[in-house]
Amino acid sequence: MLTFIGLGLYDWNDISVKGLEEVRKADLVLMEIYTSRLMGSSPLQIGERFGREILLLSREEIEEHPEWFLSRAVRETVVLLSAGDPMVSTTHADLRLRAASRGIETRIIHGASISSAVCGLTGLQNYRFGKSCSIPFPAPRWSPNTPMETILQNLSRDLHTLVYMDIQGKRCMTVREGLEQIGRMSEAMEAPVPELFVGVARAGSDRPVVRAGSLQDLVAFDFGPPLHALVVPASLHPIEREYLEVFAGL
Amino acid sequence: MARAAKIVERVTALMDKPDRIRNIGIVAHIDHGKTTLSDNLLAGAGMISEELAGKQLFMDSDEEEQARGITIDASNVSMVHDYEGGSYLINMIDTPGHVDFGGDVTRAMRAVDGAVVVVDAVEGPMPQTETVLRQALKEQVKPVLFINKVDRLINELKVDEMEMQIRLGKVIDKVNKLIRGMNEDLYNQGWRLDPKNGSVAFGSALYKWAVSVPFMKKSGVSFKEVFQKCREGDMKWLAKSSPLYAVILDMVVKHLPNPIEAQKRRIGVIWKGDKETPEGKAMMNCDPNGPITFMITDISFDPHAGEVATGRLFSGSLKRGMELFVMGTAGKVNRLQQVGIFMGSERVEVEQIPAGNIAAVTGLRDAIVGSTVTNLKEMTPFESLKHYSEPVMTVAVEAKNMADLPKLVEVLRQVGKEDPTVKVTINEETGEHLISGMGELHLEIITHRIKRDKHVEIVTSPPIVVYRETVSGSAGPVEGKSPNRHNRFYFEISPLEPAIVDLIRGDRISMNMMELERRNILIAAGMEKEEAKGVRDMFGTNLFIDMTKGIQYLSETMELILEGFHEAMEGGPLADEPVMNVKVKLVDVKLHEDAIHRGPAQVIPAVRAAIKGGMLLAGATLLEPIQKIQINIPAEQMGNATSQIQGRRGQILDIASEGDSIVVVGKAPVAELFGFAGDLRSATEGRAMWSTEFAGFELIPSSLAKEVILAIRKRKGLKHEMPRPDDYLER
Repeated sequence: MLTFIGLGLYDWNDISVKGLEEVRKADLVLMEIYTSRLMGSSPLQIGERFGREILLLSREEIEEHPEWFLSRAVRETVVLLSAGDPMVSTTHADLRLRAASRGIETRIIHGASISSAVCGLTGLQNYRFGKSCSIPFPAPRWSPNTPMETILQNLSRDLHTLVYMDIQGKRCMTVREGLEQIGRMSEAMEAPVPELFVGVARAGSDRPVVRAGSLQDLVAFDFGPPLHALVVPASLHPIEREYLEVFAGL
Repeated sequence: MARAAKIVERVTALMDKPDRIRNIGIVAHIDHGKTTLSDNLLAGAGMISEELAGKQLFMDSDEEEQARGITIDASNVSMVHDYEGGSYLINMIDTPGHVDFGGDVTRAMRAVDGAVVVVDAVEGPMPQTETVLRQALKEQVKPVLFINKVDRLINELKVDEMEMQIRLGKVIDKVNKLIRGMNEDLYNQGWRLDPKNGSVAFGSALYKWAVSVPFMKKSGVSFKEVFQKCREGDMKWLAKSSPLYAVILDMVVKHLPNPIEAQKRRIGVIWKGDKETPEGKAMMNCDPNGPITFMITDISFDPHAGEVATGRLFSGSLKRGMELFVMGTAGKVNRLQQVGIFMGSERVEVEQIPAGNIAAVTGLRDAIVGSTVTNLKEMTPFESLKHYSEPVMTVAVEAKNMADLPKLVEVLRQVGKEDPTVKVTINEETGEHLISGMGELHLEIITHRIKRDKHVEIVTSPPIVVYRETVSGSAGPVEGKSPNRHNRFYFEISPLEPAIVDLIRGDRISMNMMELERRNILIAAGMEKEEAKGVRDMFGTNLFIDMTKGIQYLSETMELILEGFHEAMEGGPLADEPVMNVKVKLVDVKLHEDAIHRGPAQVIPAVRAAIKGGMLLAGATLLEPIQKIQINIPAEQMGNATSQIQGRRGQILDIASEGDSIVVVGKAPVAELFGFAGDLRSATEGRAMWSTEFAGFELIPSSLAKEVILAIRKRKGLKHEMPRPDDYLER
């Protein structure tokens, strides 16, 4: 049995009771911290709190060398922990397919995800979101404009865009860095910069920060430590506007 | 000193009169007397005293060069010559003759418009004469001929006057045959060498005299006097009455083109951009007021000024403080610090250098040999410097003392920057770095210099032969999956058609030329239209073709795909050796929706593995470098020479008698040629004269292939078994 368990948004407390019970019963507990991570608890703390030894796996170990834990999952119970909800903004669908092709039973225990949390934090209605996208840290000879294309497509259909920020090891992209990339992309594509952005920091924590404003406003604003996310709103419904005014300093 | 200052003054006065400029190179087979000629020209122009010329080897500024008596690097000098009442500025580059340093010749030919080809009267054209001539013609550099060592013909071979003229005629015929064979059009347009019009001169660089038909009319010195005076041993008289420098420089001024004339013809060959752009027009007209277009052909290190970049200025004028861009770098401004010309080993600063000259500047931090430098934000770069010879041998280098480790890495980077025919592979993890070069001597000199000039103690491995990989058949579509398996790439692999390989080798096609122009050339060479339209990249003699249509996000992923293609071509599947003559066609792609899941770490390995696995399915084969060998030997020793070639998996191609000696031409694999010099010497009692020339790559005999592949894999720490497609492709 291979069970994908979502850890939720911020710290060890965010796992579901069902998820926690599965972790405690499992023969092997794995965790990946490359698609996202919990900023409020270290993997060590999580292990202590769950009363289990947790094995951390890198991207290469999960994507390229999954044979050993898949073969254990044939007879034993293996759980794979991911921050957020296991199948949102990850590529674990492939892993579930690989497991299924070996006749391994699989299931998912969900966790809260930033993709639903932004609706509550910003008041922007989930019915009105278009495609979401990620902004990667640029690499040599690679600085894609896809995120900006997605934002513009959504705006043209009057839809909001949720923008995920890249995580590379310990380096987590901030709202400021994301906005700088948006500035670069709109220059490269000769497209206008959207007028309004909403930055979200540390969703799921006791003190999440939510702030709406222009690109310049938010570049100047200090969102504090990671994780950060960004929303590019389309036109605002009166309730959405009021919500941003009350809760996000619009 | 006063004399030097006066020369600089005369040089700068002529720099802005392009019709009075000749940019020339001197090229020859090793030991045919090139450097002796260069020194004599300098003496004639008042740069060094006549007494010293021939002894000092002024152009050989490196101790190593003087000690070995050969020229290793190309060096530059500017001088003034008076001809028919006018003064002319001659910018001259002396180039190495040894085949191991062929890269320097290629670079020098980009900077100049004309070449003096020096040929030994006794030996005639040799393999490297052919090589340097080919390099010159490829760059549209016009040749004139100086037949050197005529005195040896008379005094050593004791030929009579008639025989002398016949022999000299034969040399000219042979050189003309070479020119005609390499470029018949230019040959018919007046590049045929003809003693009657003065494009050929005869003489002795060592004894400082020369004659040519036009000069005979001036001096009254004819072949009769030459023959007589040589016999009498009075060559001083010849040097007085018909001095070498005057004859040669007259020939240069009269027959070699000035930059205005030369650039009109050469720009189309060395630059594939649009000729209607401001930079295109400026280069065609050698316009000193146009945009700056400057091609770097040499980088050297000056202990005081730092990196000195030398190159040919095709348009615009260089001044100190100017802000320039190096194409292909991040677009950072490089500010010119010093602007100067070379006077042998000395560099002299000048106010400004206008179009059509060879300039030496400092401050171009981002430039490497082959860079295009301009004041424009964007311009099509010059065609890259293609080397007729390719690296065929490697040595591993390690620092003797651990403390020198970081310094060695720095020094190796410099070496790679200075000499583009050297390929440096730095491995900071193992500390074992690789230097690949053109041959045993080339590598010996480079490693020696690291010790001597850069003061780093190093340990070097014995040299290792560099092989090539290619495919014998076709395969595909093969599927490459990214590590997250959400991105898929489908390729077809096949051998690149020989006609297309020839186009690439001959610089007839380039990724810089207009798409339509390139497409038409490819179609004319037999490529299908759809393929010709899809050509996205050339890497060595390998082609990447995109056959897909309308795939979303492909364009922003293409750079990464090409990166994967480059990595596969740099090290093939058999033994991680460079790949040649392969056609890679991208036929389909599936990409993840989100950019973050199709970044470099996903795309590059997927593409690399698919191409390598595909090559194995397409019958990957190993090629080995071959050298052509020419041995001149007394008839009775012939058997000893031929057995030296045959005993090394070699083949005899031709045996011809020339006078009382025999010329044996053969070829053999580089892998079998270690120690050839010593063995040949002892087998022939030291009576053989020989030379080698790179002759391309050939299929390694199948009985040897497996053994060689496994040996390389073992050396490189790869899995010690023959690779299978499954090693790269997932089922």
